[in-house]
Amino acid sequence: MADTATATATATKAEAKTPVIELKNVTKTFGEVRSLSDVNFAVYPGEIVGLLGDNGAGKSTLVKTIMGFHSPDPGGEIYFHGERIHEWSVARARSLGIETVYQERALCEKQPIWRNMFMGREPRTKWGLLDVKRMREECSRLMSDHMGFTSAAVHPDNVVTTMSGGEKQGVAITRALHFDAELVILDEPTMGLSLTETKKTLDFVSSIKKAGKSAVFIDHNIFHVYPVVDRLYVLDRGRVAGVYNKSQISMDDLIDRLYRVARTGELE
Amino acid sequence: MTDTAAGKPANNRVAPPSALRRHGSQLGIISVGLVMWLSFVIAAPAVFTNVNIYAAFAQTTPQFGIIALALTFVVITGEIDLSFPSVMALGTAAFCLVTAYGGAPWYLGLVVAFATGAACGLLNGFLVAKLNIPSLVITIGTSFLFRGLELVLMNGTGVPLTAKEYPAMHAIFREPVFGFPVQTLWMIVIAGVLWVLLNRTRFGAHVFLVGDNPTSARLMGINVVGVKTGAFVLVGVLAVFAGILTSIYGYYFWPTTGDGFLLNTIASVFLGGTSVFGGTGSVIGTFVASYIIGAINAGIVSAGINAFYTQLAFGFVIVISVVLQIIIERRIRRQSLTGR
Repeated sequence: MADTATATATATKAEAKTPVIELKNVTKTFGEVRSLSDVNFAVYPGEIVGLLGDNGAGKSTLVKTIMGFHSPDPGGEIYFHGERIHEWSVARARSLGIETVYQERALCEKQPIWRNMFMGREPRTKWGLLDVKRMREECSRLMSDHMGFTSAAVHPDNVVTTMSGGEKQGVAITRALHFDAELVILDEPTMGLSLTETKKTLDFVSSIKKAGKSAVFIDHNIFHVYPVVDRLYVLDRGRVAGVYNKSQISMDDLIDRLYRVARTGELE
Repeated sequence: MTDTAAGKPANNRVAPPSALRRHGSQLGIISVGLVMWLSFVIAAPAVFTNVNIYAAFAQTTPQFGIIALALTFVVITGEIDLSFPSVMALGTAAFCLVTAYGGAPWYLGLVVAFATGAACGLLNGFLVAKLNIPSLVITIGTSFLFRGLELVLMNGTGVPLTAKEYPAMHAIFREPVFGFPVQTLWMIVIAGVLWVLLNRTRFGAHVFLVGDNPTSARLMGINVVGVKTGAFVLVGVLAVFAGILTSIYGYYFWPTTGDGFLLNTIASVFLGGTSVFGGTGSVIGTFVASYIIGAINAGIVSAGINAFYTQLAFGFVIVISVVLQIIIERRIRRQSLTGR
């Protein structure tokens, strides 16, 4: 198990495998705005993929397309483990084990933590009723076991509004992790977090890989992204400007190219 | 008891919310009810120690209270339905058409009536949730639509619903059970079912989430359109139930059925502590608030106060309860900002 995880770790070996998720020729337009144009994107098993790009590069649109929140314009194709998927939706994506920690966290702040933790996939008893007792207990356990944030000892019945930014992020991350996701997407997870909270989030990203699962990591801060990823996509104005294996490019080189792409739209 | 489940209490920076915080609005509404009842008893002891006055409340309050229970769901999802008075009439008209004019048995009439209510709810849900039209506006429109349809179908005439013609209906919807008003029995049963629906089913859980933050709910794969439509259908069906209850109570279906129900019903929902902004609310709160609203009218008249004061009393109760609710909500938000 551990062996296969390390074996698939390097992107070059992983290339031979079937991607967990693959987008082919995906274009997304909103009215007259083209947010994604002809994007090809793949994540292989056991791989951490970084997604870099300026504001408005299309990062969030790409994430929401992977998650089934947006559907691609006609012609775009989505594959899950090599199988073409036509009826793609958030519920479908989540049931297949794709979870996202959204930039906006996607929490319902007036609700207690336990309702947020199980949002959209609430456990039920054998009579089909909501298993509130289990939700509370499980939530309490998850918070003490997984939410290793500084003041995470919060009660499951606490309303999310009363929590700090880091604690909220803890709920969003724990929610993604808890359901044994095969692919975790993190959309700017370190935004607005303290130093220690950021470190814990980055450790969490590394732990996904150790568990043999895949992740897409989106962040403005290249110093956060570079150390934890295997492969990097650079998005610019809705298209993929470049794809790099980490072994092929140094951080300094990458920073130079990012500046260049921001100025000229060209990487080279 | 769940407090000990929190794990390591020594590390708790944030204490578990107190019972007061968690059930504050429900406790608040129950104490408002008690205070009002006590003041009525003091003001008119002869009336309020007589069981007849309670029998009267118990018969009339459910006529709008049952709709208020269902409307609570719609308000929690962050919407409003103003068309239910017309749905009451249209559904009951459907019952009359099928039974009195069509000659069908009463149970078939009920099925058609509830189906009519469900269809009205579906239309409202489709317009609000699917087409994203503000519910405040579009349900005024559908209100005219449903009322107009009913008036055209009935040609503006009423239908007698006597116990001789409809013995089963009277047994189910009018005759007291062991001396207890059947209307309130229905209200208790429906409140029980709706409590389970709101607090112990996925649909109910999603009602809260959708009303709190529809975008988050959608990002997490919740069918926002389906949940909102479901809430509107619930109001449609129970509005027809209330329409039938009201008409059987009065032995007659008036084409104007539902007139005068709008404000009482909406007031019950807000007085019951359901947030005007959506996301929070309770069935128990609405249940108690309905009886408070129902009691104000009778209480004021029986206390010997001029009936013109009824509206004034309504106004005070509603304005004060909504203002208090908003102040409490703001305070909680401010506490979270200052980290206290």
